[in-house]
Amino acid sequence: MSRLDTPAQTRPETPPTETQPTETHPTETRPTETQPTEAETVANGAPERAAPARRGTAGGTLRLLGSELGLTFRRPRNIAMLAVLAAVPVIIGVVLRVVSDDGAEGGAGSIITAVAGNGMMLTFAALFVLVPLLLPVAVAVVAGDSVAGEAGMGTLRYLLAAPAGRTRLLAVKYANAVVFGLAATALVAASALITGFLLFPVGPITLLSGSTIPLAEGLVRVLVAVGYVAAGMAALAALALLLSTLTEISIGAIAATLVLVVVTQVLGAIPQLAPVEPYLLPSWWLGFDGALRAPMALDDMGQGLLVFAAYAVVCGSAAWARFTTKDITA
Amino acid sequence: MSLTIEVPGASAGAPPPRGTGHAIVTRGLTKRFRGGQVAVDSLDLAVPAGSVFGFLGPNGSGKTTTIRMLLGLVRPTSGGCEVLGEPMPEGLAGALPRVGALVEGPAFYPYLSGEANLRRIDAADPTSDRRTAAHRIAAALDRVGLTAAAGKRYRAYSLGMRQRLAIASALLVPRELLILDEPTNGLDPQGTREMRGLVREIAEAGTTVFVSSHLLAEVEQMCTHVGVMRTGRLVAQGPIAELRSGGEPRIRIETPDPAAAARVLGALGLTGVREGDGEVSADLGAEAPERVNAELVARGVAVRGLAVQRPSLEDVFVGLTGEGFDVEA
Repeated sequence: MSRLDTPAQTRPETPPTETQPTETHPTETRPTETQPTEAETVANGAPERAAPARRGTAGGTLRLLGSELGLTFRRPRNIAMLAVLAAVPVIIGVVLRVVSDDGAEGGAGSIITAVAGNGMMLTFAALFVLVPLLLPVAVAVVAGDSVAGEAGMGTLRYLLAAPAGRTRLLAVKYANAVVFGLAATALVAASALITGFLLFPVGPITLLSGSTIPLAEGLVRVLVAVGYVAAGMAALAALALLLSTLTEISIGAIAATLVLVVVTQVLGAIPQLAPVEPYLLPSWWLGFDGALRAPMALDDMGQGLLVFAAYAVVCGSAAWARFTTKDITA
Repeated sequence: MSLTIEVPGASAGAPPPRGTGHAIVTRGLTKRFRGGQVAVDSLDLAVPAGSVFGFLGPNGSGKTTTIRMLLGLVRPTSGGCEVLGEPMPEGLAGALPRVGALVEGPAFYPYLSGEANLRRIDAADPTSDRRTAAHRIAAALDRVGLTAAAGKRYRAYSLGMRQRLAIASALLVPRELLILDEPTNGLDPQGTREMRGLVREIAEAGTTVFVSSHLLAEVEQMCTHVGVMRTGRLVAQGPIAELRSGGEPRIRIETPDPAAAARVLGALGLTGVREGDGEVSADLGAEAPERVNAELVARGVAVRGLAVQRPSLEDVFVGLTGEGFDVEA
């Protein structure tokens, strides 16, 4: 701790070993090294740093987002969740393959039976299975942990003292959760596509409406569905982010988000509550099957996207209002 | 002890020259928490630029809340503060890149290495240059002696290593002000000594250091200035030498005849005369001790010993705060 090496004197590539000349010639190194240190700090240090302060804040924000994404995608917990999400389409595919080999095709849902006829339909089948709960769990874990987790660890105060900037940090946290939701959805689709192509015949696709489109257009429709689902997850991420700014316990924010996801889906399923249903976020998540109609059900999907945007704006604003005025005492 | 407020105004870019201006100024700074509890009460703090300022007070006296307000983490209920000439929390973006801070102990990502943790903190500072990051991180780790443990996960760090890592994160760029909240907490005696050396070294390079502590001895050894907190209020501040001389010196005479000696001291005009068992003491005031001695001898009082005692800093502080400083309040 007593070494006096300044950035100028340290050799960056070779980390110094324990036996440094500093220990052996203290009287020799001290005066010669202290002098430049003082001169640098007083004379050059501040003006040099003042320049980048004015320009390049966009680059700095991208760097913070990069750091955030690095944390998210390298964290074992998140990798495990992504692995589970990627495994589900494979499991569905294998099960369907076994079932269709047995010749027991009747009874299953229309999309499920369609998979046996065309591997591409496995993508939609997998999304139908994952979108109501498992995908929201993954997004809620990342977004719900985003602020509360940092507060709980105490790292939030150091990020803000850096200073990361409250609005900037919140925006980066949200962008990170949105990217994670998109990546998770795309991963499910990719896993399903590969599994479907390997296990089932692939060719022109018969849509829910009965008409047939070529394979290439089918891939475009998969992309549309992925985009729509990711938008729904982005809306959920805004809700989880809001809850995350309200607590210092990340598991609380995550659990609260998931309770809301489940409860709203239950409410949406009660016929007597039909008037409320359009206002509930999960009601719109399965709207991605509009991409399977001919022509695409752009009206319905557009309305879903508007609901997602409304949720994102309302929850995002509330999160911002809360986070920028909050006393950070953790 | 005098409180002169001269704020370096537009010269925000360059550090104020040593000895002029203030790195931290607070005016009537008050924080009342939601329960109605007043953590900090009308604080008027003036930390001269270039000083090593000891912020002293028992645990729970409002030191950490003050530091959180200085860093823009907590919003004052009333009053205001300026850090490096910038009002907080409004001027946070301009001031904080020039401030290194250790607040209420180290906090890092347990699953990242020490080096990765520093990279993360560096990325959060919008003014830091990513091209020099690796170089600066290596230099900061080297400076606190953590080079060998740079790749080790934070989870596996000892408390002392964690504290060093926090210091390293405060030293990632040259700072004009370092705010250290209880920097020696959890350090062994060797670590404490190293921390003192590091603070001295940083201060010599022109950085103002604001260091909070509940340990008087620590502040006495490191600091040039001191501010004393008691239950949310600042009870004293100023250069440490000035505070130390603030107490009146007393003269103490050992004699077999205390009553006679007391009469002589009274005749000399000394006040606060107290007779003890075989000794007498009094406030010396402006009187020269040798004259007191000559007078005693001239009046036939046998003097076995004579001493002038200045009150220790601890006596001064106990007088100010009503309690000792190593007491966990």
